[in-house]
Amino acid sequence: MLLKTLSESSGVSGGEKEVRQFISHQVRPHVENVETDILGNLIVRKKGKKEGPVLMVASHMDEVGMMVAGFEKSGLIKFFKVGGIDDRVLLSKVVQIGPNKVPGVIGAKAIHLQKPEERKKSIKVEDLCIDIGAGSRDEAEKRVRLGDYITFSTRYEEIGDNCAKGKALDNRVGCAVLIEILKREGYPYSFYGVFTVQEEVGMRGAGTAAYRIKPDLALAVEGTTAADVVEVKEEGHVTTLGKGPALTIMDASVIAHRGMVSFLMKLAEEKGIPYQIRRFTGAGTDAGRIALTRQGIPSAVVSVPCRYIHNPAGILNLKDVEYTVKLVEEFVKNLPEGGFDNEGID
Amino acid sequence: MDIIDFLQKISTTPGVSGYEDKVSEIVMEEFKKYSHKVSRDVLGNVIALKKGLNNGPDTPKIMLAAHMDEIGLMVSKIEEGGFLRISSVGGIDPRTLLNQEVLVHGRKDLPGVIGAKSPHILEPEEMEKGIKLDKLYIDLGISEARANEMVSVGDIVTIRRDFVPLGEKMAAGKAMDDRAGVAVVLQCLQELQGIRHDADVYAVATVQEEVGVRGAIVSAYGVAPDIGIAIDVCHGDMPGVPEHKTSLLGKGTVITTGPNIHPVIYKQLVKLAEEYQIPHQKDTAPGPTGTDAWALQISREGIATGLVSIPLRYMHTSVELLSMEDIKHSARLLARFIAFQKHDGLKELVACF
Repeated sequence: MLLKTLSESSGVSGGEKEVRQFISHQVRPHVENVETDILGNLIVRKKGKKEGPVLMVASHMDEVGMMVAGFEKSGLIKFFKVGGIDDRVLLSKVVQIGPNKVPGVIGAKAIHLQKPEERKKSIKVEDLCIDIGAGSRDEAEKRVRLGDYITFSTRYEEIGDNCAKGKALDNRVGCAVLIEILKREGYPYSFYGVFTVQEEVGMRGAGTAAYRIKPDLALAVEGTTAADVVEVKEEGHVTTLGKGPALTIMDASVIAHRGMVSFLMKLAEEKGIPYQIRRFTGAGTDAGRIALTRQGIPSAVVSVPCRYIHNPAGILNLKDVEYTVKLVEEFVKNLPEGGFDNEGID
Repeated sequence: MDIIDFLQKISTTPGVSGYEDKVSEIVMEEFKKYSHKVSRDVLGNVIALKKGLNNGPDTPKIMLAAHMDEIGLMVSKIEEGGFLRISSVGGIDPRTLLNQEVLVHGRKDLPGVIGAKSPHILEPEEMEKGIKLDKLYIDLGISEARANEMVSVGDIVTIRRDFVPLGEKMAAGKAMDDRAGVAVVLQCLQELQGIRHDADVYAVATVQEEVGVRGAIVSAYGVAPDIGIAIDVCHGDMPGVPEHKTSLLGKGTVITTGPNIHPVIYKQLVKLAEEYQIPHQKDTAPGPTGTDAWALQISREGIATGLVSIPLRYMHTSVELLSMEDIKHSARLLARFIAFQKHDGLKELVACF
């Protein structure tokens, strides 16, 4: 299954090779052209019936993770975080390191040995080590290298009612949606699907790809926070699982093009696709970078709600994924011939 | 069964204190192959008897005890939205639970995840605090109605974790405390197939150790041995923990001394380890050992008690890490210790005082 392989592949920002190769292999038979740029973005051109407004659909391939920062004499490994991770979730987890996926664990001091005041505090990444069972620095350095990327070792699995659990759902779910879109046919205009790199360290890939393609408009497909859980009040939910794709009004990186957002809403209503508005103005996506490329590009974001993103194990609803594919497909198929400008926006 | 395969199998099987059934079935099956009789007592302790060749009135009767229960959780409330609140069973550090994968043993086994806010919506001060158990909840990806149908307050929850081999000799996983001890006992029984021993041996996989060595209390009474050896894990070396409180991984079996340990048993264990060149380390426990040995010692009229341990890093997390070599060394030492007990062995245990 597409999402399973995508979720279980390793692709920390700057080290997206495994994901890129898988996607490239998946889409190649269905598209006109596949190329990789200097940063590692995978740029795919899908042939339509004719040329029209140039659309860029962007999904980032990278995930948050870690990197080998050094070795202790004992053979334990010090590490950095890559992207935003709450230090507290690192405790008592299994990870895999480098191209050979060497397994390791992040341990914690036994509860028996802790002082009561220690238990009240969180443990910082600086005080944590990865243990690969090496007896010395030499032995550790034989198995992993300085700078190796590290991911959580989480299996993708369908759970509960129509849900799935896995790592890196942000944004392998976006990649799954875009792959599916590229496999389908019947689009009126040729368009670009771009699988971007380095979103998690500052939307680094999306900008260079957009500069190269010069799109008339862009749609970012994302996995966004769903905080519809018992510890959070409704206004803080951001998005809700099972209520369909989320449309962004604004986040910390972009104010979505209002014409595009209204068009997406109208389309969803016409086609009977459930959708929701993302109720949060924080965080960012590739759309923020694309929107400010060259002289500005109308951009919007469609997201699949995911609980516990940037954590070892997130949860999403597979119906939301289906509806997101449907909405993006309808969007590409019903694109106005003239694209979007600022005319007609109140 | 190969001892590593056995450990992998029992470490990944759920068996929280009081709910050891699935583990005990595997253990009974394996113990049966190397003993004369296997039974289960009222609390669920698995007791295997391997008869000695010459068990006279003064030949000490030996009991080996390793606990097969693990720490875990229990469902305390089904919240709006179908999320589950939890209570701990045994000594769990809630900080190690954040975003852990779990199995809720409801009407069927339901996989779930312990929720953790994404960093995008976390307040900076939240990240400074160690999370408390009452803030944690389990997400099963099901509706409230379905949760009420499938789950009840009181259902047991285990942490899910694969067995993770690390290099050639190490491994990590959940419940190594004390399934590693159970593996030692099995391997000891296997070794005894090829060694002559006079003493009767009772190999016991105990229950409910993590909630107060309860299985050991009743099984020791039931077996009524002269010598009792607990096999458990001890703290392995790691940063931030003083050396004198830890033992080294891969450097051999750990023999403990202290008030919980009979001096003759300790001496015999050390002497045999030296004689048979079994890698070993010594450890001291000034009071409670926090193991079944604590219960064994004061059963009935008193039992000459020993403690053999496997060094383990990150105890009571779900990534408990150990060396498979230490398991093998511990088993070899126990087999030698059992073979060493002769028909007049009992006298020395009292004569030493």
